[in-house]
Amino acid sequence: MNGAQIVVEVLKQQGVEYIFGYPGGACMPIFDALVDAPEQKIILVRHEQGGTHMADGYARATGKTGVVLVTSGPGATNTVTGILTAQMDSVPLVILTGQTVTPNLGKDAFQEADVFGVTMPIVKHSFLVRDVKDLSRVVNEAFHLASTGRPGPVLVDLPKDVVSNEWDEDFKVDLDLPGYQVQTSGNSDSIEYVAELLSKSKRPLLYVGAGAVISGAGKQVQKLAEKLQAPVTTTLLGKGSFSEMHPLSVGMLGMHGTAYANKAVIECDLIMAIGARWDDRITGKVSEFCPDATKIHIDIDPAEFGKIIQPEVSVNGDAAEVLEELILLVNKLDTTDWLKKIDQWKIKYPLKFPKRGGLRAQHVLVELDRLTGSNAIIATDVGQHQMWAAQFCKSIRERQWLSSGGAGTMGYGFPAAIGAQLGKPDDLVVAIVGDGGFQMTMCELATAAIHKLPLKILIINNSYLGMVRQWQQLFFDNRESGVDMEGNPDFVKIGESFGIKGFHLRRAGDVKKVLKKALDYNDGPCIVEAVVVKADNVFPMIPAGAAVSDMLINEPPKSQKMQKPVGST
Amino acid sequence: MEEKFAISIYVCNKPGVLVRLAQTFTRRGYNIDSLVVSPAHDHHFSRITVVVQGEPVTFDQIIRQLNKLVDVVHAMHHSDTDVVDREMALFKVRVKPNQRAEIFQIVEVFRAKTVDITDNSLVIETTGDSLKIDALENLLGPMGLLEMVRSGKLIMKRGLEET
Ligand SMILES: Cc1ncc(C[n+]2csc(CCOP(=O)(O)OP(=O)(O)O)c2C)c(N)n1
Ligand SMILES: [Mg+2]
Repeated sequence: MNGAQIVVEVLKQQGVEYIFGYPGGACMPIFDALVDAPEQKIILVRHEQGGTHMADGYARATGKTGVVLVTSGPGATNTVTGILTAQMDSVPLVILTGQTVTPNLGKDAFQEADVFGVTMPIVKHSFLVRDVKDLSRVVNEAFHLASTGRPGPVLVDLPKDVVSNEWDEDFKVDLDLPGYQVQTSGNSDSIEYVAELLSKSKRPLLYVGAGAVISGAGKQVQKLAEKLQAPVTTTLLGKGSFSEMHPLSVGMLGMHGTAYANKAVIECDLIMAIGARWDDRITGKVSEFCPDATKIHIDIDPAEFGKIIQPEVSVNGDAAEVLEELILLVNKLDTTDWLKKIDQWKIKYPLKFPKRGGLRAQHVLVELDRLTGSNAIIATDVGQHQMWAAQFCKSIRERQWLSSGGAGTMGYGFPAAIGAQLGKPDDLVVAIVGDGGFQMTMCELATAAIHKLPLKILIINNSYLGMVRQWQQLFFDNRESGVDMEGNPDFVKIGESFGIKGFHLRRAGDVKKVLKKALDYNDGPCIVEAVVVKADNVFPMIPAGAAVSDMLINEPPKSQKMQKPVGST
Repeated sequence: MEEKFAISIYVCNKPGVLVRLAQTFTRRGYNIDSLVVSPAHDHHFSRITVVVQGEPVTFDQIIRQLNKLVDVVHAMHHSDTDVVDREMALFKVRVKPNQRAEIFQIVEVFRAKTVDITDNSLVIETTGDSLKIDALENLLGPMGLLEMVRSGKLIMKRGLEET
């Protein structure tokens, strides 16, 4: 068999169902081999960036590894944004890139790009295969690396001659990764120390991130929280690791988190990170972040320890395994006063939005959440709509919330929803996107239409790059610069041209009616274009680089001069 | 205040490993002072000694980031007393035959070697710890030193423990 057939056979052995791909000269042998492998379906995307986000959405929704196949040069470089997105959020991807033949490497051959070099700082690992004999091992290693430990994108660059050469492969899998170790069970002494610290706490807070979702530690987080009677806050990507409907949930923390989560951060005497990495969107000014609270850090990636915050104790291991052991060692804490205080904050500072003045994005999202029973898989793009969705669409289970957190990649949401719908055909999938970001990858409407995916595309159209406009209003004296989306198309008509059903939503009174129609529509994808109040803002907000205690719960009066963000973007 | 650290790294002999190491240091603002790479006893692996300069507060964390690299088997920092450290250097000096005696005296004191002589030049070889080489450089500097090339620091753990 030839190298391409070897690659395809390994994909089959790895249980790959979908390959998000786009062909070109250098990867033609692999596309050719796929003709004889009906188990692996090629999803022909419209742009390689979209394909990479689809693989990402597929991976986040299912927990399986997403696979991308593209050609060399521009095909490969078009995946870069998707690779960064997956790397920042620890998403398992295998990206197979075609490459020019090995004798041409480094000679500026047609469509040659050193993608191995280009992507090196944004992958978990990468390979350039120079010998057909190594193919089976390397592709298996790529899947192993992508999906174990702290997951991430792994790129395999495949020169055309290597995948064309013949080799009698026996597919015995012997991985050769002596430098790769994953610690899943935590150190028992450290876990005992964690239990001891917890037992002394009067105002504990569990701070849960994507690591818990990846580990599948939802059940353990709930058991621990209930046993301790400790409140739980989740990060943007931790949404779903603990039901936001649970009485112990204080929702999302950080820049646009709930006021009560951030107040709990300020007043807690112990904060325990479970698969979270003290991102600057969470900590704000690090030197003022919970200075008096005991910090505990549980993570599968030891390189996160001490990177931002020096914890009192760290436990290197898989969240579910570590918590399972910890649960046995802890008892109920006396948190009655603490929980009462938090409940008072919940009453005093609820998430809210103005009910008048036109159609509000928040109103649409609250209604969506209600009509779907908080049960849909939500994929968001990046901007104000993302933060409102995070606030108002409650997550109740793992892998239900897909959003680009670390990279904040506009253009992510819609293709991610396509990948999620393919991986979860029986779930309701909703893409919540902005008018700006949607235009970055909306060519994938064709991909969604061809496969008749029943996903819903909710476009929050404020005719602005709203999040940037909000910052200009608050921190740059309302001097609008490059944020007006003048020239937006009629998104419903765009959809129609792909044969996709669309609904306009313009009036607050129509929200329920239109959303219901869209949710009841089942003949392929459909679009809801919600034309919302143009200049609305997301609150609460902790200005970038400011201390959590500087949180603005409501919009500050126009007269209040705000300082430009410092110390962070 | 920035400080210098010597780190020993044991890596798989795979393409790109050096770039990944260099990127790890660069991203965290560490400067590489010297870098020595050579095949290990087992040729599937290489041993690297790198001397870097940077903020001590981030140092442990950088070691962890190095260890996180898939092709790094281990990266370690050792205290000066735990290791033998050596460096080699060559010095090229412009010197007339009648001035050679003075230089030979220095070479003698430093237990260095003269490895090339022409009518108007000498090449001197020396091995030792980095401080000794610094001292020799300082002495030869005003005496017509034209070029210096240093191997970079090598370290090896004392006793049976692995470097
Ligand atoms: C690829 C990319 N470019 C630029 C940005 C910076 N950015 C963050 S939010 C935002 C505005 C997004 O506008 P839109 O999609 O309309 O969403 P809205 O904020 O209006 O809800 C921009 C430009 C980004 N995150 N990603
Ligand atoms: Mg917008």
